[in-house]
Amino acid sequence: MKNLLILGAGTAGTMMANHLDNKLPKKDWQITIVDQYKTHYYQPGFLFLPFDTYTEDQVKKEGKKFIPNGVNYIQKKIDRIFPESNQVKLEDETLDYDILIVATGSKIAPDETDGLRGPLWRKDIFDFYTYEGALALRNKLRDWEGGKLVVHITEMPIKCPVAPLEFAFLADSYFKKKGMRDKVEITYVTPLDGAFTKPTCTKALNYLLEEKQIKIETDFAIMEVDNKKKAIVDYIDKEIPFDLLVTVPTNMGDEAIERSGLGDDLNFIPTHKHTLQCKAHDNIFVIGDATNVPASKAGSVAHFQAETLTDNIILYTKGFKLKQEFDGHANCFIETGENKALLIDFNYEQEPVHGTFPFAKIGPLKLLKESIFNHWGKLAFRWIYWNMLLRGISIPFVGRNMSFKGKIFDIKTDNK
Amino acid sequence: MMKKIIAKREIDVNEEGYLIDFKQWDREVCECIADECDIVMTEKHWEVVEYLQDKHHKEEPLSIRGIKKSGVINIKEFYHLFPGGPLKKSTLIAGIPKPKSCI
Repeated sequence: MKNLLILGAGTAGTMMANHLDNKLPKKDWQITIVDQYKTHYYQPGFLFLPFDTYTEDQVKKEGKKFIPNGVNYIQKKIDRIFPESNQVKLEDETLDYDILIVATGSKIAPDETDGLRGPLWRKDIFDFYTYEGALALRNKLRDWEGGKLVVHITEMPIKCPVAPLEFAFLADSYFKKKGMRDKVEITYVTPLDGAFTKPTCTKALNYLLEEKQIKIETDFAIMEVDNKKKAIVDYIDKEIPFDLLVTVPTNMGDEAIERSGLGDDLNFIPTHKHTLQCKAHDNIFVIGDATNVPASKAGSVAHFQAETLTDNIILYTKGFKLKQEFDGHANCFIETGENKALLIDFNYEQEPVHGTFPFAKIGPLKLLKESIFNHWGKLAFRWIYWNMLLRGISIPFVGRNMSFKGKIFDIKTDNK
Repeated sequence: MMKKIIAKREIDVNEEGYLIDFKQWDREVCECIADECDIVMTEKHWEVVEYLQDKHHKEEPLSIRGIKKSGVINIKEFYHLFPGGPLKKSTLIAGIPKPKSCI
């Protein structure tokens, strides 16, 4: 009997357990998955928690429910990986593996920025990338009286790169609805040179910021949070004052990756971007946010990767060459407030484009254009996530690789 | 792809002026591009350029954080040496692609 071990039962790990439970021959392979946490969170829902759009119950379920019965599920802390001896040490036992899949994800690391976790943390400074942070922010917003709201990204890469911008859009709607938009000044601060992470998006969508009167500060590399002055300060001593700071701290891979010596500066694992094989060890594969591949850290990416990785694991067990298949495909809804959303579809090479999705000319979803239908799509996605995606059921008509059908290549990036 | 005359030579660059073929880069080209950015190359500039090229050739992503840990320069100095978007300017001068910001 051979052992396939999956580390992490988040979005990517759970999908792999489901895919492989169907595909790996049970007489030869035992699949084990390890995760210290009981709860599986629907992370895209964290965006809606602060605005009282979703309740706590809508974004969490017991993780075990999504792991197939044939898979051995261990709830323990991961200490470290020993790639030379093909072993993983947990808090009180050591597991052997023939194939290892690392799906330990990424998480916020507020301690990386001076002053972020100072006296104002969770009083006037919040994150919404954790369940606790999103709830604390919800409670703050419920009776906040207004002032300077600064929405801020510390550094790239981050999970779901469009979420902070969506937060700013939803905040605009939220305060309008409460009849206090005139009391709130919203500023969006980014280390990038535009609001969107992709130049074509910035060009096509900058009007949204103007329309919603959101000020933007670009190329801002934060040095520290000045708790006394209530301001964020960058390396050229520029200060942006805030009354309420909603920040996306540095995102990093799991500490277990650092302890194992497998990660880069941010504890992300150097991974072949088309096969998802670990660069340093052939029998280790990496999926989702844990990789260093230049794709978005997002559930949709993990979903598309899972299909390629499943095929590659099967090929690997049979001694065949791996498919150079994964193209960086990401497909993201962007909430723009007032019950509308955008949809973008892109990959490593191709920037987001106009057109329809998933069917050429028919849609029904429109790419890079705001619509109510896209917003419904985003809300419906929560159901798809719990009921299809995690269980490894393919979403009909949405392929793992980006399709060029029904897409219009009409936006050129700016010359700078 | 476009052609641009740099140091009296035809060099292939992209729409933003970044070199497409690193083989066309040398110290002379580098100094010309730096000059266009109003930067006079010093020993420290060269050290940073070599560090960036080395990272690029190892396919390691470039970031402000990486600079902090580089041991070559601290971030304040980096901003001082390449004013106004130091990563964008320094990679342009080093003849390597602009760091992708979309990840």
